[in-house]
Amino acid sequence: MLDQVKQATLLDIRGVCRSFPKGSGEDLLVLENVDLTIRAGEIVGLLGRSGSGKSTLLRIIAGLIAPSSGDAKCRGETIKGPPNGVSMVFQSFALFPWLTVLQNVELGLEALGIEATERRTRALAAIDLIGLDGFESAYPKELSGGMRQRVGFARALVVHPDLLLMDEPFSALDVLTAETLRTDLIDLWIEGRLPIRSVLMVTHNIEEAVLMCDRILVFSSNPGRVAAEIKVDLPHPRNRLDPTFRQLVDSIYARMTQRAEARTPTIEGILGTGVGMVLRHVSSNVLSGLIETLAAPPYDGHADLPVLAGSLQLEADEIFHFAESLQLLRFAQVSEGDLMLTDAGLRFAHLATDARKKLFAEHLINYVPVMGLIRRVLDERPSHTAPAARFRNELEDYMAEDQADETLKTIVSWARYAELFAYDEQSEQFSLENPH
Amino acid sequence: MTLLDIRAPALGQALRPNIWDAVALVVVIGAMVLIVYGGEQTTLPLSALDVAPVSLDPANLPFYALRTTMRMLLAIVCSIVFTFIYAALAAKSRRAEMVLIPLLDILQSVPILGFLTFTVVFFLNLFPGRVFGAELACVFAIFTSQAWNMTFSMYQSIRNVPKDLEEASLSFHLSGWQRFWRLDVPFAMPGLIWNTMMSMSGGWFFVVASEAITVGNTTVTLPGIGSYVDLAIQKQNLPAIGYAILTMLLVIIAYDQLLFRPVVAWADKFRFEQTASATVPTSWMLDLFRRTRALRAVIVPFAAIKKAISNLHIVIPAALRMPAGGGEPSRLVDALWLAFVLAVTGYCGWRAYAYLSATLGPSDILSALGYGLITLLRVIVLIALATLIWVPIGVWIGLRPKLAERIQPLAQFLAAFPANLAFPVFVLVIVRYGLDPNVWLSPLMILGTQWYILFNVIAGASAFPTDLREAAGSFHLRGWRWWIKVILPGIFPYYVTGAITASGGSWNASIVAEVASWGDTHLTATGLGAYIAIATQAGDFPRVVLGIAIMCILVTLFNRLLWRPLYAFGERRLRLG
Repeated sequence: MLDQVKQATLLDIRGVCRSFPKGSGEDLLVLENVDLTIRAGEIVGLLGRSGSGKSTLLRIIAGLIAPSSGDAKCRGETIKGPPNGVSMVFQSFALFPWLTVLQNVELGLEALGIEATERRTRALAAIDLIGLDGFESAYPKELSGGMRQRVGFARALVVHPDLLLMDEPFSALDVLTAETLRTDLIDLWIEGRLPIRSVLMVTHNIEEAVLMCDRILVFSSNPGRVAAEIKVDLPHPRNRLDPTFRQLVDSIYARMTQRAEARTPTIEGILGTGVGMVLRHVSSNVLSGLIETLAAPPYDGHADLPVLAGSLQLEADEIFHFAESLQLLRFAQVSEGDLMLTDAGLRFAHLATDARKKLFAEHLINYVPVMGLIRRVLDERPSHTAPAARFRNELEDYMAEDQADETLKTIVSWARYAELFAYDEQSEQFSLENPH
Repeated sequence: MTLLDIRAPALGQALRPNIWDAVALVVVIGAMVLIVYGGEQTTLPLSALDVAPVSLDPANLPFYALRTTMRMLLAIVCSIVFTFIYAALAAKSRRAEMVLIPLLDILQSVPILGFLTFTVVFFLNLFPGRVFGAELACVFAIFTSQAWNMTFSMYQSIRNVPKDLEEASLSFHLSGWQRFWRLDVPFAMPGLIWNTMMSMSGGWFFVVASEAITVGNTTVTLPGIGSYVDLAIQKQNLPAIGYAILTMLLVIIAYDQLLFRPVVAWADKFRFEQTASATVPTSWMLDLFRRTRALRAVIVPFAAIKKAISNLHIVIPAALRMPAGGGEPSRLVDALWLAFVLAVTGYCGWRAYAYLSATLGPSDILSALGYGLITLLRVIVLIALATLIWVPIGVWIGLRPKLAERIQPLAQFLAAFPANLAFPVFVLVIVRYGLDPNVWLSPLMILGTQWYILFNVIAGASAFPTDLREAAGSFHLRGWRWWIKVILPGIFPYYVTGAITASGGSWNASIVAEVASWGDTHLTATGLGAYIAIATQAGDFPRVVLGIAIMCILVTLFNRLLWRPLYAFGERRLRLG
């Protein structure tokens, strides 16, 4: 009995944490205390914002990175390096451009030391299964995105893994291709033709998770942890227009935005506080465009996020990211899956360009501490200039190097739009002078 | 000479000078001193070689050409082996990287013909009285002209292997050895082949220069085109020089058609692109190979060996393997490693100082530096002149696709042609008209390398986007404004690449160009190249070391202070697309 249970449990993650070294000082925690169990015969989805650590978790399971603490076991054995019986499908396909389709599929078998004839038979079978017949001798660059990802699937399936890991496998594909591939895969899965026992997929696409998974773990960001576990009992094939389906999608949207009020003074989705706030770059054009759209009918200042995302053809992740920037600047308020313009936001929508810039500048100074800091330093210095390196050093006290990069880029772009201060790329200096 | 390693620094991060460069410089010079010192300690006399004398009979030329080509091929094989080992080591081990990469950078700026002086002595002592030593010295000289940029290119590629492919090969359980052959090597292939091609082009110059060389009272003459020309110069035989030039032309054409074009066309599949490109390199030789069953059969065993090698299950001991996820590196081992590197540097520095200070005083250093500045002036003036001449011509050609298509191979060919074969013709003119060697020997320095400027500018102008040209036309930009605002910024990154190669080559060529002879007439131009060449002929090793060290420092500074900032600027601001 105990033996059976042990066999049925493919993956067992207990209290896993992972942190990365920051530019300076202590480490940055990206995964906190994650528990996850995967049993045979289920498709599990890890759903979360980008930067919520779900990809990190997938890479821990794939044995590509080690957890900082906690216990990760695959088929009863602690994961040290890529475990046997696990294979992975990549977002970017990760095909070797100098190998043909057949050679790419055979690669995993070759590494296992399987002899040539069996290798060929199994590779051809996998190619056949995934619908790549006739493409065996093509090079990846000759294929369309969808076909390339099919090669990715064939390569992962050919080793007959117990657990198939998928890292946002459809997000680099166009909408139509992605849908075909999803349904093909689900069809094979319910027909029991896939040589695998379970699937773990990472996605930021809510509908995709509801469409494919039996169980969805919703991740929250900063640090990443499991915020909720949702069982999806709908029978396959699932219909996106089915009211129960829609209800589930809406409730997940709400869940992913609901904690906005709970965690002050941090702003949901934006890492860090004060000067150490990590700013992600959103063009001021996008922000103004979004404010205008929200202010106009049919929204009139109040929009349901899934609806807005649908009509603007944005991924959930993008719309969250835009909404949070608006929230940071106090032009809008996010709660329970809704986005509402504030008074300032409404005012912004009806102003002319110069007045908009002025309002934007005011909000930057008041609500983005690092902007205020730079402006103060520039005002105080007799030369009214300051090297970017000075602020980069300060940012790196709080965040990793690439985050500091992005934050600086955002600062420069927003400050230029608001005409708060200028930046000279050649000398890497901030200054108060704007060319006239 | 590649400068691929320069990337524009991220926002708010300035380029920082590196102490490792100084360490590498000391180690290189120290190593040279040690080689010479070891050579002098052996009591064996540098005996004359038992070589069949070279004859000026043109019938011998095919044989000489073959010998020269064999040396080239041997050197390229050595370079490739060296590249694989050195680049892999530097890319995979952080500690090795700290030392190996600055070392490579300094080695790149050591004048290649300077190496020859040491290595001839070294190899002759290794195989006293036998041709083999001299052959090795010659091959080694060519090797030093080829290996560094190839290694740099491979190192860069391995460091930049896309992360997803790295993860894929890990998760499909490829061993480190398999990964190297299945991922790192194919990914590095296009860059490596391009650099090998450039290396081969540059190599002809040095094979010609190093076949006949005099160090002290030892004269080495290896049968080959270089020795043939050397003899022709002594005998003042102009037709013989014409024959040699013709032979060389044929050899280079054959090598291009039979070896490199097929390799480039074949390597096209390794280009890391997810879309098929419009122009695919072609080669009739490769087509022949692919279509002919008999010829294909020849390749089969090689392919099998390659596959066998790449699938060997060589297990790297766990201790040497990098921990997954990059665990904390041990501070203690770091400290020990650093101490070791510093100790070696200290030792090398001390030996170099001891050796040089025994015979040389500060005045020697000052005079060598003075000569160095004269040669520097020559290089600057020549590059400026070549720029004034070739940039407008290159732009004019590059903007006419039909013409560019025809001229481009010619320019590349001229860059590969060993200009030193043509030196006698110029020397003859100087002698006949009694011209001042200080001025008129100078153009020889850039004779072979100016073409790099031309063909890079042509490439830049050809790649200039049509829409920008049309935009410039529709805004009526003409004359000076067009040159300054439109085309010069457009070709700048290409021009800098060409000029870097041209200036590096000119420094190298100065050693053979500042001293020239025709029969009994010897011409000398004042400069560091002549200083080194004369010291070499006299067997005055301390002065050779000093001269090379000075040249090395000047070249490095010249690169760091002028070319690299220009290159970084071009990459950052002016790279189109």
